[in-house]
Amino acid sequence: MTRAGQILEQSSQLQEIKGRSLWQDAWQRLLRNKAALAAVVVLTTISLLVVAAPWFSPYEFDEIDWDLISTAPSLENGHIFGTDSVGRDLFVRTLHGGRMSLMVGIIATLVSLIIGITWGATAGYIGGRVDNIMMRIVDILYAMPFMFFVILLMVFFGRNIYLIFIAIGAINWLDMARIVRGQTLTLKNKEFVEAAMACGVSTPRIILRHIVPNLLGIVVVYVTLTIPQVILVESFLSFLGLGVQEPNTSWGALVNEGAQDMESAPWALLFPAGFLAATLFCFNFIGDGLRDALDPKDR
Amino acid sequence: MPLLEVNNLRTSFHTNDGDVYAVNDLSFSLEKGETLGVVGESGSGKSQLVLSIINLLASNGHMEGSIRFQGQELVGMKPREINRIRGNRIGMIFQDPMTCLNGYLTIARQMTEVLIHHQGLDYASAKKHSIEMLDAVHIPDAKSRIDRYPHEFSGGMRQRVMIAMALLCQPDLLIADEPSTALDVTVQAQIIQLMNELQQEFGMSIIMITHDLGVIAGISDNVMVMYGGRICEQAPVFELFENPSHPYTQGLLQSVPRLDTAGSVKLHSIPGNPPNLLRLPPGCAFVDRCQKVIPACGWQQPPLL
Amino acid sequence: MTALLYVDDLKVHFHIPGEGLFRPRHKMLRAVDGISFKLEAGETLGIVGESGCGKSTLARGILGLIPVTSGSIWLAGEELAHLSTEELRKRRQHMQIVFQDPLASLDPRMTVSEIIAEPLQVFEPHLSKEERKHKVQGIMERVGLLPNQINRYPHEFSGGQCQRIGIARALVLKPKLLICDEPVSALDVSIQAQIINLLMDIQEEMRLSMLFIAHDLSVVKQISHRVMVMYLGKVVEATTRDELYHNPRHPYTRALIDAIPIPDPAIERNKSFKPLQGDLPSPLDPPSGCSFRTRCPMATELCATEAPEQQEISEDHWVSCHFA
Repeated sequence: MTRAGQILEQSSQLQEIKGRSLWQDAWQRLLRNKAALAAVVVLTTISLLVVAAPWFSPYEFDEIDWDLISTAPSLENGHIFGTDSVGRDLFVRTLHGGRMSLMVGIIATLVSLIIGITWGATAGYIGGRVDNIMMRIVDILYAMPFMFFVILLMVFFGRNIYLIFIAIGAINWLDMARIVRGQTLTLKNKEFVEAAMACGVSTPRIILRHIVPNLLGIVVVYVTLTIPQVILVESFLSFLGLGVQEPNTSWGALVNEGAQDMESAPWALLFPAGFLAATLFCFNFIGDGLRDALDPKDR
Repeated sequence: MPLLEVNNLRTSFHTNDGDVYAVNDLSFSLEKGETLGVVGESGSGKSQLVLSIINLLASNGHMEGSIRFQGQELVGMKPREINRIRGNRIGMIFQDPMTCLNGYLTIARQMTEVLIHHQGLDYASAKKHSIEMLDAVHIPDAKSRIDRYPHEFSGGMRQRVMIAMALLCQPDLLIADEPSTALDVTVQAQIIQLMNELQQEFGMSIIMITHDLGVIAGISDNVMVMYGGRICEQAPVFELFENPSHPYTQGLLQSVPRLDTAGSVKLHSIPGNPPNLLRLPPGCAFVDRCQKVIPACGWQQPPLL
Repeated sequence: MTALLYVDDLKVHFHIPGEGLFRPRHKMLRAVDGISFKLEAGETLGIVGESGCGKSTLARGILGLIPVTSGSIWLAGEELAHLSTEELRKRRQHMQIVFQDPLASLDPRMTVSEIIAEPLQVFEPHLSKEERKHKVQGIMERVGLLPNQINRYPHEFSGGQCQRIGIARALVLKPKLLICDEPVSALDVSIQAQIINLLMDIQEEMRLSMLFIAHDLSVVKQISHRVMVMYLGKVVEATTRDELYHNPRHPYTRALIDAIPIPDPAIERNKSFKPLQGDLPSPLDPPSGCSFRTRCPMATELCATEAPEQQEISEDHWVSCHFA
């Protein structure tokens, strides 16, 4: 028996070898990216704080203390971020606002993700006339002025936080649909999709088993870049007074309030703005890191 | 003095998974007017060898050793100086002409640029010279075709344009990296014949890189067989084909399906797969596919005889 | 004995939208233009031609991966060209394909076992997990892959091994017809020989009928029983292997054979031949009459006006040329 034959013989008696998937590869590369890793740590900390801290704080987010209006941060009275112009604790309000901002970011992105992937993958995969019609609908929706759309919703249905989710999600899925469609078009012509067709795999199954998993890379990157974008849009709406309503709050609303007394009470602006900026930074770093990790050829 | 003398060349790439040695301690020399055929499978380091010679390694690449071209040392040369040699004294042809031609410029622009830059000609004479060169590579109606864009040419024609561009400054060395692999068989035959003809006309040396032993047989004077970044056999062409001594060369020659044998003899095949350049064995790179393996192969680098 | 596969006057045409902005002139790309052939059980038919001759389109047309324009395809006595998509999908277990680019034809996110098991899940869903795994490992062993590699991903394999995975996927259902679309042209020489030998062994063992598509006449010579040469969507010559290589009658076949470099300097350097001049004409705008006349050394006026009929010049040797 030749040497190669012996090696073959030996190794076939070995245990099943575990493969390393593209995801695991990407994860390894991401771990090597210091900036992205730091961003993950910071973001996790912020998220944990935002979720857990209001429960441990002695103050409620809408609890008004008329004795302590616009006080500077101090450890003595327990208001470590100070209080706002009606005497509410800013620490709790910042974290509570963070809940709202992150929730808007994640839910609206999820909404846009689900609609966008379904729409884009279907249009791209089926192609032809269906694709044409579906993408023209996207174009028309794109042409609608977003602010006008939001104000209209507010006027008809009153100010409601769920409307904001819907409004933002309804705009954002358009981008997602376009990106997904483009990717699907390139994937569709790959030989492995043709191979699946030749194996008799049905169309829905091809979309689910072959197209979508291969889309996920780009979608994940896009999601990490969409969440901060959505948070910003919500902040902007709140800044205009169209977003969350008192006594609920978000980072955008807090920045708005803080900006009004910027000179007398800068802490009311700085703390929420700092959290907002840090979160946005983290998402962008993670997005960049993911893009490098998932597509090493582009570096 | 040989035209090109490579000594102990070692090219490595730094990657996240470790250093990849694409070219390992390689030495050879090339005389004026000689054609050297370099054969090897993918991953044998043949392409990285030529990229090292013209100093076009990727940014994570690193080379050691010596490459002397007309007595000048190329390793460690400043980019400005190497630019004066590249495209002027050394011409290059690649596998895919479209990656080397700029799709947004006419052929005339791209060809005259080379001449204006390297030889200081004015546009009119540069264009005249370019048209002559296109005629030399048998592009019909070169005078009007020169003002067209690359995508208006067929694959074979584009490769002819590439050859014309590489020969514009009448280089002393032409490096052809799989020039006919992407082409159809009938067009490949045209290109190979053209290269033979041009060599007789201009007298340059050629380094021809290919995986096709048939092409090598037709064009080279000397042949170098590469495996795992090393030379495993080097010999004059007739010697190599008549009397291959390395087991890899023997296996390679037997595994090519041939038109000139009768019926269908079962092909000899080399078992196993090409080596991983990340984990080259300490000894001979061919060790786990070789039929004549002895224990020493595992740990001792075989000498080049 | 009736043929396993019988293709009659198959045409696959594509509409190409014109370039004009206001009055786009639609062009017709005749990728496959009236091809007929028979393939017996256990036989290998080599299909040779240069890029753009329609050989890959022909393969996809037979498999029903692209719609055929007209003509009929009979597989084991059943007409396929007019079946609905759903009906056709069910017939796919009898015909499988191996692709040119080994890595691109495997889904990068799936493990080897998922890839090979996919046809089983479609056509034999009743199999238990163990049975399926057993089948997958069996076929992996048959094509020369180590069964313990079952959980690895395609990017962890070399090109030759990826092609083995592709072959395993095609064979796991034990099809009657295997179409190989340039299965070795992306592989290294030493690996090419391995794959060719593997295909030949398996074909004999499973009594497969094979359509072997290649641009390389020497590879086709190795594996085929009969050979069909295509040029611009038409068959120019079709006959048994030995007849084709010893007695090529069409000038294009002769040119193709001459153009292949022989790995022997003594022969290669003394070969006196003129390579074909010019390039393949655009299939969008084929020449009138005989489509080869623009490059043919024998072309006359007759060739420009009249397309040659396919004629049987000796037993089982078909040529389309006025001068054959």
